[in-house]
Amino acid sequence: MELTSSKEPGLQIVTVQEQRIDASVALAFKDRMRQITEEGTEPVLLDLNHVQFIDSSGLGAIVAAMKNLGPDRRLILAGLTTTVEKVFRLTRMDSVFGVFSTVEEALAEMRA
Amino acid sequence: MRDGIAQAMLRLAPLGLPRDAASSVELVLAEALNNTIEHALPRVTRKTQIEIRGDYKTGVLHLTIIDQGKPMPNGAVPTGPAPKLDVDMPNIPEGGFGWYMIHSLARKIEYMRVGNTNHLNLHFDIKP
Repeated sequence: MELTSSKEPGLQIVTVQEQRIDASVALAFKDRMRQITEEGTEPVLLDLNHVQFIDSSGLGAIVAAMKNLGPDRRLILAGLTTTVEKVFRLTRMDSVFGVFSTVEEALAEMRA
Repeated sequence: MRDGIAQAMLRLAPLGLPRDAASSVELVLAEALNNTIEHALPRVTRKTQIEIRGDYKTGVLHLTIIDQGKPMPNGAVPTGPAPKLDVDMPNIPEGGFGWYMIHSLARKIEYMRVGNTNHLNLHFDIKP
């Protein structure tokens, strides 16, 4: 499970460099998210623009990652592709996370 | 599992399903196969086969998933209540969305126990 991380002022951006977050990688995703975010304290923006498919296990792994950050550190999402967006909408999980169409839009909103 | 879904989607490709329908089919297959592997075939180490049969007639796609695992509890398809999200953050569910997604995306779902096999019939309306 390849995740990459970059920093913006006041924000850590984690980009998923995979096409699928499904049952076969859900655990690896959770572990890697924990590792990659354990140093920082800033809110985390998860960039999903490379992800073409997510199932309920992948969705659960993102929820777990949000909880793992704790109550004082937000997880926001950007770059949801059509199918990923559909899964968030169906389960109404889009109401739990801040969801932005692009990283740029999320950054603009955070700075506003 | 990924291979199985990919193969099934490849076999459906000649139908030229609209993107929205294709993604619904792929999601339902993924959730149904996850359930089969997790609940019908837990700790099965012998080689087992899961068969997916498909049939398309104008506007309706009918898929049947056949496995040799344990029967569904109570011999019926589980209901899929919507995830309960009006709770504090630590209580937001991390799972249990699978059947909800299947019920939301397929028009009709039927389950039959045939001999020692499970048959899950899934019907999809394909809008052009």
